[in-house]
Parts: sequence; C-alpha cells; structure tokens
Amino acid sequence: MMRLPYFRYHAPRTVAEAADLLSKGDAMIVAGGTDLLPNMKRRQQVPGTLVGLRNIAELRGISNGDPSTKLRVAPSLSRGDGLMIGAGVTLTELVRDVRLRQGYGGQAPVTGPYAGLWQAARQVATPQLRNMGTIGGNLCLDTRCNYYDQNYEWRKAIDFCMKKDGETCWVATSSPKCLAVSSTDTAPALVSLGAGVTLASATGTRHLPLADLYQNDGIHYLTRRPDEILTAVHLPRLDGWRSTYWKLRRRGAFDFPVLGVACALKLDRSGTVEAARIVLGAVASRPLESSNGAAALVGHALTDEAIAHAADAAAQPARPMDNTDYTLHWRKRVTRDFVTYALRELRGDDTRELRRRVARQELLTM
Amino acid sequence: MAATSFKTIGKPRRRVDGRAKVTGQTKFADDLMLPRMVHCKLLRSTLPHARVVRIDASRALAHPGVHLVMTGRDFPIPYGILPVSQDEHALAIDRVRFVGDPVAAVIARDELTAFDALDLIDVEYEPLRTFADPEESLTHSTPRIHDYGDAGNIHKIVSLGFGDVEQAFADADHVFEDTFFYQGSTHLPIEQHAAVAAKDPDGKLVLWSSTQTPHYVHRALAKALAIPAAHVRVIATPNGGGFGGKSDPFNHEVVIAKAAMLLDRPVKICLTREEVFYCHRGRHPVLMHFKTGVKRDGTITGLHVKTLLDGGAYGSYGVASTFYTGALQTVTYHIPTYHFQGCRVFTNKPPCGPKRGHGTPQSRFGQEIQLDKIAETLSLDPAELRLRIVERPDTLTANYLRIGTIGLAECIRRVTHAADWSSTYRKLPPGHGVGIACSSYLSGAGLPIYWNDMPHSGVQLKLDRSGGVTAFCGATEIGQGSDDVLVACVAEILGIDPIDIRAVTGDTDLTPVDLGSYSSRVTLMMGNAAIQAAERARDLLAEAVASKINVPKDRLVFAERRVFDAENPATGVAFSDAVCLAETMFGTIGTTGSYTPPRSAAKFKGGGVGPSPTYSYSAAIVEVTVEPSTGWIDVPRVWIAHDIGRALNPTLVRGQVEGSVYMALGEALMEEQTFRRLPPRLSHALVHKFPSMLEYKSPTTMDMPDVITELVEAPDPRGPFGAKEVGQGPLLPVMPAVANAVYDAIGVRIDEVPITPEKILKALDAKAAGKTPRYGPSRFPDIAWPETLQVPPPWEGGDGTAVNDQRRSVPDTRERHGASASAPGVGPRRYEKVGPRER
Repeated sequence: MMRLPYFRYHAPRTVAEAADLLSKGDAMIVAGGTDLLPNMKRRQQVPGTLVGLRNIAELRGISNGDPSTKLRVAPSLSRGDGLMIGAGVTLTELVRDVRLRQGYGGQAPVTGPYAGLWQAARQVATPQLRNMGTIGGNLCLDTRCNYYDQNYEWRKAIDFCMKKDGETCWVATSSPKCLAVSSTDTAPALVSLGAGVTLASATGTRHLPLADLYQNDGIHYLTRRPDEILTAVHLPRLDGWRSTYWKLRRRGAFDFPVLGVACALKLDRSGTVEAARIVLGAVASRPLESSNGAAALVGHALTDEAIAHAADAAAQPARPMDNTDYTLHWRKRVTRDFVTYALRELRGDDTRELRRRVARQELLTM
Repeated sequence: MAATSFKTIGKPRRRVDGRAKVTGQTKFADDLMLPRMVHCKLLRSTLPHARVVRIDASRALAHPGVHLVMTGRDFPIPYGILPVSQDEHALAIDRVRFVGDPVAAVIARDELTAFDALDLIDVEYEPLRTFADPEESLTHSTPRIHDYGDAGNIHKIVSLGFGDVEQAFADADHVFEDTFFYQGSTHLPIEQHAAVAAKDPDGKLVLWSSTQTPHYVHRALAKALAIPAAHVRVIATPNGGGFGGKSDPFNHEVVIAKAAMLLDRPVKICLTREEVFYCHRGRHPVLMHFKTGVKRDGTITGLHVKTLLDGGAYGSYGVASTFYTGALQTVTYHIPTYHFQGCRVFTNKPPCGPKRGHGTPQSRFGQEIQLDKIAETLSLDPAELRLRIVERPDTLTANYLRIGTIGLAECIRRVTHAADWSSTYRKLPPGHGVGIACSSYLSGAGLPIYWNDMPHSGVQLKLDRSGGVTAFCGATEIGQGSDDVLVACVAEILGIDPIDIRAVTGDTDLTPVDLGSYSSRVTLMMGNAAIQAAERARDLLAEAVASKINVPKDRLVFAERRVFDAENPATGVAFSDAVCLAETMFGTIGTTGSYTPPRSAAKFKGGGVGPSPTYSYSAAIVEVTVEPSTGWIDVPRVWIAHDIGRALNPTLVRGQVEGSVYMALGEALMEEQTFRRLPPRLSHALVHKFPSMLEYKSPTTMDMPDVITELVEAPDPRGPFGAKEVGQGPLLPVMPAVANAVYDAIGVRIDEVPITPEKILKALDAKAAGKTPRYGPSRFPDIAWPETLQVPPPWEGGDGTAVNDQRRSVPDTRERHGASASAPGVGPRRYEKVGPRER
C-alpha cells in the first residue's frame, strides 16, 4: 500500500495554540484528513508538520447565530444571524442537524431555507468519509484534476504538472494558470446562502463572505493565508427563502461533483422572485456565481419560460475542462438542464423521481 | 438419488467460510506477518516503450534500511502463463513495454523505506516508438514490441472456416452487417494482490499469494528461478476477489521469491491499487464485425465474425482470448456455417487477459445486439426469434463443441414471464424501455494450460476416528465459495454435516492438483472429484458397517451422521463408529478422487479453446430509463434466468448471479480501462487515465438495481449432482440487454460499451439530424488474414480436422490432440505456428 511520509503531529486544544503552531511555517492543518492524508500518500502535499484540529472544542458546535456578528457580506443577504457552524463539525453531524433539514424531508416541495446545504453535505463522498470529513475541510478542499490526483510514480511519468513539481498544465498546455477544478459540494450551496466565514491566525481574526474565500486559480484557489485557520461558517437568517442543490456525478456515492448547481431564492406571496442566487460548482477553479442567471429570475414568476431563460444565462459562464470524469462538452451541455431541475424543484414541482434517477437514491433525511 | 432425498445439496446454507469472513478472521495474504519479515517495492517504468540503457542502484543500496536491490539481470529466465507466450521477465532485462512495467525491486526494512529508495535508483532509457491502439500496431511492424508472434506487432492471427458461409449468405433472405466495439475493463478485486515469500527451515521456498492458480504459479516459480518444483510450495491465500485478475504468475511473486531465498528472510509485497491496474490481465478491448445471413423466419444460414483485440504489452492468456472471441457464438443458436477471424496485437499498455467471461462477452455483445436488429427487420419479437433458433441439446456444433443440456429456452420463458415482457416490450412510454439478450458459458475449459493427459482436479479425503473428515484439494477459494462446494459434495455422500468437514485447499505441498479457479471449472471438476473420493470412502465404511450389523451393503443409508438400514432405520451406527469399524477392517481410511474432462471432438488447430464438459445458459431482461435532454441513463431492474443444472447451494448461486449483474452493469455503463497520450511534441507519455478506485468508475451499491433471479434447474449428468457453472455466464447477457433496452427506450443504437449519456446524446443528435440513429464504430480495418483452416462441420461429414492442414498427417492421435491443444498455447512448441524469426 501507499505509505504516508514522516511528519510531526501536534494536537492543540485551542485555536490560539493551533494558530501559534501554524505561524512557524511548513505546517498544514488537518481536520478529518479525508482530503489531505490521501494527498500526502501520493506526495501531492508533504508538510513537515501537521496541526490536528480534532481536539479543539470551540470548532465543534452548531449554534443559532449571533445577531451581533458583523460580517461584511452581500447587502441583499444581511448578517450572520442564522446559524453558526464550527469548522470542525463533521458532515455527518451537519446532515443530522434538524435546523438544516427543516422543510426538507425528501418530500416535495422543498421549502427550507438551508435545504440546499443539507443536500450538498448529504451528497459528499460516502457515509464513512462524511463521518470523518468536516465542513471546514470541505470548504478548503484541494482543487482536483485528473493530471494531479495521481500517485507520485504516475505524475513522474508525465513529468509532473504545474500544480505540483512540474511546469506545464497538461489540461491546456498553453494555459498560464492551473486549471484544477473546485470540487467542493458545500461551497456552492453556502455561497448561494450568502454565508460568511471566520479566519483566525496568530495575528488576529477576520470575517469575510465565503465567496471571497475563493479565487479562480487551481493552485491559489483560496485567499486564506497558510497561517490562517477557518474556524466558523456563518449563515444569515433566511426567512422566506428556499434553496436546493443538484449534483452531477456518475455514481450514487463516493464521486466528487463534475457539476454542482446551488440555487437559493425568495418568492413573494404572488410567487414572484424577489431575490435569487445561482452558484455553479466544479466548472472552474472556484465556485462560480451566475449573477446573470439570478437577475433573469428577479421580478418574474417561475414559469417554464423564465426558468429556461435563467438556465441559459446561468450555464453560459461554465467552463468545464477535460480533467474530470465525463467529457467536457457534455458537462457544459447539461449545465442548463441541471439549473432547470433546481429551479423547478424550488417552484414546487415534484422532482423526486428525477432526483432519484440522478442521485441514484432518495436523499432521505435520517 | 432424487432431489428430495438430498440433505445438503440444494439447500440454501451459510457457506462454511462465512463465519471467518464476516468476523474478519480470514487471513488474507496481507494479514500474514512473519518474524524478521522485510518489505518489497517495485520501481516501475515511467516510459511506455523504451530500451533500458543503464540502471544505477548504488544510491538506493546505500540508503539506510535497504537490504537488497534487484534488476532484470537477477531474472534471466522468462515465464508466462501459456507455454507459447513465455514473454515476461520478473524485472525488465533491456526493454520496458508500458508505464508500470517493473524495472527494479527494493527490499527494505519497511514499505516506506523501500518506497523512498525507489527514487534513488537512476534509470537511463532510450525511448522507442509507442503503440497506443491496435491500428497503429497493425500499420507499423517495427519496432516490434516482442520478437515473437505471428508478424510485426501481431501476436496472434487466426482464420477458421466451418462450411461455406459465402454460399450461406447467398441463400439467405437478409444479410446483416454490423461493427461493434467493446471497451476494455479491469477486474477491480477489493483485495489488491499481495504475497509473502520465505525460505522454510529446510531451505525450500514457500510462497503465500493471493492467486487463483497456485499450480501454475508453482510451475512458473520453479522455471523462472530454476529451483526443483519439489522444493517450491505455493499456498493460495483466500482471495479477496479475483475475477481472472489473479490467474497469471506475476512478476512480484517471482521477485519476492528470489529475494527471500537470497536474504533468508521472509519478504512481503502488497501492491497499491495503481499497481493492480498495471497487473491488469483484464478485458481486451475488441473491435468486431458481425455478418449474419438469415431466412425470413429467423433461421440463421451463416455467420462471419471478425475480431481485433488490443492485447497490451504481453501475451498472458491472449492466444486463448483470441480464440475465445470466436468460440462460443455457436452454442446458443443453431449456426450451420461459421467463419471466424481473430487478430490480437501488442500495444504499449498493461497486458490484457482473462476477465470473467474471458474473451466471450465482447462477441456476445455484438451477436445479441445484431439479433435485436434482425428481429426488428423481420418483425419478430426478439424473445420469440431466440426461442425459434435455440440450439438443440446433445449436439455437436459447427465448430465441434459438444453441447449437453440446454436450459436456454426455459431461461427465456422464465425471464419473459417474470418481467411481463409481452406487455412492456415496445409498449413503454418514450424514455423507458426493456431489452433482452441471452448467452452461454463453459463449465470448465476442456483442456489444461499446458498439454498433459492427467486429471484436472484431484481430491483426497482423510477420515478420522472422531467422525471428522478432512478434504484436500488444490482448488482456490476466491470468494466464489469453492470450499463450500467441496465440503457440500463430501457431506452429501457421507451423510454428515458440512461443518464436520475441514477443507484444506490451494496448497501445492498438501493438496492434490486442481488447475485453479478459472474458466468456471471448479464446481464441475472438483465437485466430480470430491464425489468420487467420497463414494470410495462410503464404500469402505459401508462394507465394514454391513458386516457389523448384518445388513446388505446396498441397503445402507448415510444420513444424519449415521449409517443405518434403510428398511429399519433404528439399526445402524454413528458415523464416527462407522469410521472406526472401517479403520479396524482396512487400516487408515483415506481415499482419492479425480476428474478428467471428456476428449474434445475438435481436432483442428485452435479447437482447444471452447470445448467444455457442459455449458451454462442465461437470459436477461434489463429495464432502463433515459432522459432525452441529457442522455442520462438509469437501470431500475434486471431480471435474469440462469440454467445452473442444479444449485448445490442456492445462496451461493444467487450471489454469483447478482455479482455478475453488478459487474456486467459496470462494463455496460461506465467501466473503461483507458489511456492518455500527451501531446507527442512535448512528451512521450502514454499513461493509464485513472488508475484509482475513485476515478475508474465501477458501480457502488447505490447504483445497483433490483435483480430478480430465476434459477433453471435441469440436472446435467456431466455435473456433480447435475450442477453447471454460475461464476461467469450470468454476466454475459446483461451488456447487450442494456443496449437493446436503450433502443427500446429512445430509438438509438449504442453499438459499443460503455453506454454513456454522452454517447446516447450524440446518437440522439444524429437521429435529429436525419442521420443513422446510432453511436459506435464505423469500420473494421483491412487485415491480412492467413489462409483459412477449413473444417467441414459435422453435418457435412467432417471429423473435426481441417482439410487443408498439413499437420493432419501426424500419426499418433495423442500428439494430434496435443497439436490442437497448442492453439490456445498449451501444446508442445513444435506444433505451434511460429513467428517469422523462427520460420
């Protein structure tokens, strides 16, 4: 089997202690380890020191949000006064939390404001990996690429790639930047909900909208500094909103998304869209928000025409590359179908049978 | 004995090795830990095709914790599974042939040290032209990947004719021509290959290995290491899945065996998942052309099949695989004239070999889709068409395969009834469809890998005074339940409980030879050997008990752990007392049984592949839904009927059927052993696209449909208690049934696997544009076929020999048989068609 390289391991009990260890350099954070440890076995990352976050109690809870939390988030979506999710909360804990499942019991229609996050978390990997993997880890998930997510010997056979040990991006050999793909399910869902995050380091704490945590570069895909720890995710109160997440992957478990569609919207009493957000995952090196798609919905009822119009607009910026499962042309082509599925579900259509065929399961809360 | 009288056979039982497996106590090869054990890692080629100019291992040798570094110079003797394809060296001598080909080995105190030392070995390569697909290998004869084979980079090329197919096409009302492609796939056993080698206290070699074929590994080790075979012991550890992927002797086994002998320390190797992809020996990618003539009523007049196999970098079982792509077309439906042409080429990719169904799923896919097209043209229901043309039992086919019982018609009736076929086929709403397909498979290869007249399976029994029985057999438990079959056969005959019997299997020192767990041969061959051994033991016990209780021997019944008088059941003795009585009368009680398959009727060169004591049959109906806008495909249900002869343990049989459906759906819908070639101006790389369980897509439990299994039981006199195989056959009909169901659902033909949403959408695009509503290969390349061996079929007065084969003059029948056996690579070299260099 593949073996981990040698490394030093620290298990601090406070964020401050962890931040202090990180400030010394050549260290990485490990929470569930489901992303980092396989990568280390493949020698994609070889940190001298790992700082384990599992013993830090302050990272572990989900609480009702603090209305006083001042987040610099999008004005349309107010503050972090809904829920505060510690970054060390496992995905299993997250999907078991009743506050997320509200309005989503596998029934139609889906009405809960955080249902999209629940669906996204529920479809990450497998139950075993969700038992270990954390929300913070999924948000910071390394970008993925078929030329990069290979063991050391394989990468040696292609003379490595730009993201690790090499110079060329084999996905597009003339590309000046790495095209590895953002493959987190929860990030598009949380961005669509207007979430914010807290980053802590030895020099202080900062809050930022989750959307600003990401940038469209496969290597430098996070704006998090290496010495910063993502400590919490903040969700605004979303009374009157509903949200959903549709994931495209080949199988009903295990696979990373090759397309994620997160939609959140607020309808007025007449069924007219007051506000909307559409965020695509796995079509770029960061979650990709489609403001044109959302703008096409605002002020309209969710008619078939409005949905088709919004789906066309939302799918337009998707730029899948030939570095994941499925062909890029097909992935690009079905993006509009998946946006359509999501919007129809939010309209109240009974999409359970379609969901079952696509997700290969009922996605029941249990 | 009537079925109702069986106590063990036919009853759904917990398998005898079940407790150990579910409680985690089964010792797989990687569980073995021996004192002073050291660990091996292999340095593998990073180039797809190159000369090895120089290897400098001095830095690795100096690395702390490294005990030994070996290179090709330590392994001068080649080996290979087939006598005609001895083309492998444990480590590359002067040439690497694919990315992953082993070049050097490091033995160190632990795996991490060995891994780190690999990077300290400096290898200088001189890159050679790389062959990525079969057409390149056909076009360019140099550089040759191997210096043997039929020509250039063609490993094997054959042409066999049985009757006049051209006349048959002229006599037909319709002639259909189709080209199909079947993508390669790998076995994906959950357990990666692992092995431990040690020098035992006597100085002899012991190898524990996750292998399906300890007997063949035994022979290969003796040859490659030049050690007397009597000084080599191979123990097959229980395999965590095999599916054909652990049927070859492997380089890592040879390497650690030699290292253990040199170091006098146990050496272990556990392959990574990537390395298992490099061992491969999986499904050959096959391009194929089917030409079939039919009468208006569906009667087939003739069939011409051409196949082109992408063999990868080594021979493996490839000569047999080539013949298998043409062997079994004739055993399902009556085909009076048949022409088969097959060609296997070498390419710079991991070697292909036998995967569940070995060489036959590819052409079965083509045949069953073409039948669906034929049925539509003839306005016949495809189930009805098949029922009309099912071959008759006890027949000799055009290519001289002797068929026993045929449960195919019953399979079709059962599966159509269960699936309510008549009210669903062509009657479901758009996007929803059903498809049917059938198949057949061997119950054991009729010939061994290497030519000999000895039994294919042997069983020894030791009867203990305690009433316990030990059954020894070389058969290998690969998860299929062979230990349970062995024990069940003995228990039934001796009237004791399976739990009273200990199975000792897969150990070349302790157990009589069984050729291995491949070709679906174990239940039939080992089962018959076990019955013979048990009957011999029963006779001894019966004689002793008869004399003790004064009852005629033939009135004795063995049941309920007793031996008693059928007419007066109270009169009898306990089984353990019966053993004591027999031991008193005869001395220590031990018996043997063995099984040798019947002689093949095929005497032509190439006729060694396909004969079997009997054949199993399957029919499947698959239901699909297809989203027209995305091509997304879902399989909610599969109905499958399998002609098992008799289910010895129905629990195991159903498990094999469901496992086959699972593996078949993987091949039908997603699995692809594919490769990536980087832009040649920038790189020589030709790499496996995704050698990992994450990105090589194989279905998970979430993707598994409901499976409705129907077992058709008509005991076959050739099988133990009438049983036939089930390990491979039920896989075969599923892939074409999926393709036929997609056509029923949405009106497009996908003439290749995997059948993916992308391909369905492309076919729908073609349909919308007024083009042929189809996705698949458009042409079969021109190949310079050799002169066809003409073998008149039985109904034209043929005797199984070729009329234009000069070697027909070989006088001795045994040798002639050997010549035919040499076609799959099993015969003496002098009879094998040789490459240009040797000619």
